[in-house]
Amino acid sequence: MNFWIAIGATALGCYAVKLAGLLVPAGVLERPMVRRLAALLPVALLAALTAQQTFADGHALVLDARAAGLGAAAVALVLRAPFLVVVGVAVLVTAGLRAVTG
Amino acid sequence: MAQQTALADIHDEGGPKPDSAVVRDALGVGVAVGLSGFAFGVTSAGSGLGLLQTCALSLLVFTGASQFALVGALAAGGNPLTAAAGAFFLGVRNAFYGLRLSQVLALPRAVRPFAAQWVIDETTAVTLAQPTRRAARIGFTVTGLSLYVLWNLTTLLGALGAKAVGNTDAWGLDAAGPAVFLALLAPMLKTTTDRAVAALAVLLGLGLLPVLPAGVPVLVAALAAPAALFVSGSRSGRDRTRDEAPEETR
Repeated sequence: MNFWIAIGATALGCYAVKLAGLLVPAGVLERPMVRRLAALLPVALLAALTAQQTFADGHALVLDARAAGLGAAAVALVLRAPFLVVVGVAVLVTAGLRAVTG
Repeated sequence: MAQQTALADIHDEGGPKPDSAVVRDALGVGVAVGLSGFAFGVTSAGSGLGLLQTCALSLLVFTGASQFALVGALAAGGNPLTAAAGAFFLGVRNAFYGLRLSQVLALPRAVRPFAAQWVIDETTAVTLAQPTRRAARIGFTVTGLSLYVLWNLTTLLGALGAKAVGNTDAWGLDAAGPAVFLALLAPMLKTTTDRAVAALAVLLGLGLLPVLPAGVPVLVAALAAPAALFVSGSRSGRDRTRDEAPEETR
């Protein structure tokens, strides 16, 4: 049930902001401060999410195979690999390391 | 994901562009990104969401970063509304895409509620890269349709596949989520401010993880964005103008 509440709230919220962009007059969102905040918000959220999902195990911080996978993904990004390759490399390296280390 | 470069290119192409070329560009993006719904389906199922819940997310939310964020927060045991808040804040950028798109596409008001669901990174990148309104409308429609259909189809396949695989962690699939975030984040890190915000957010997100309820550290980390604006705002105005430049090239 909790999952459905989260899904419903996310679906409503995400649709509302998409529609708002198409409906509101341009002036409301075109203030420089608002635009800068909108550009920086995903940077902060994505950085925090990347770090947490790489190093978090519940409430503890751990260093495991995921970190190696993410390191490989970072290298793939530097080499300008396509999106799917970046994700695939992370998965393969993580799985490979787990298979080797048990 | 490539929206920044596309924004810069919008008016570079002169002359009419054949419809077939627009369709080809749009399908290229739609198919490539649509296939990564597979990673979402697998991650979502691996996070403990049911098949129906996973498919509902792709059908109704349809903005990848928010979907990955939500299932990650739920898997970590977060409160549903805290988890939804993180996903929502990630989706806020779509409002700014919609703003640009409504000017370029000039959609009738009655069509906007239907077009809204397709206002995401990829459709914006393709649409804003087109030289004419006709090309922009074709680009938006073809990218939106191909991406929506494929993303939902591959979500279903990924979720079914994860059920068949069983323990998704053994296959390294728990690394797919953070890799997606990293791939989305990388092209956004252009200025010193961007990198400072990212670094501060990482510190807050990891540092607060042991002490705050699941999902909350990410929301606190989001405060790195207004904090950086406040700091750069109190520095000289020239720095701020230079930081803004890449976004203003359109």
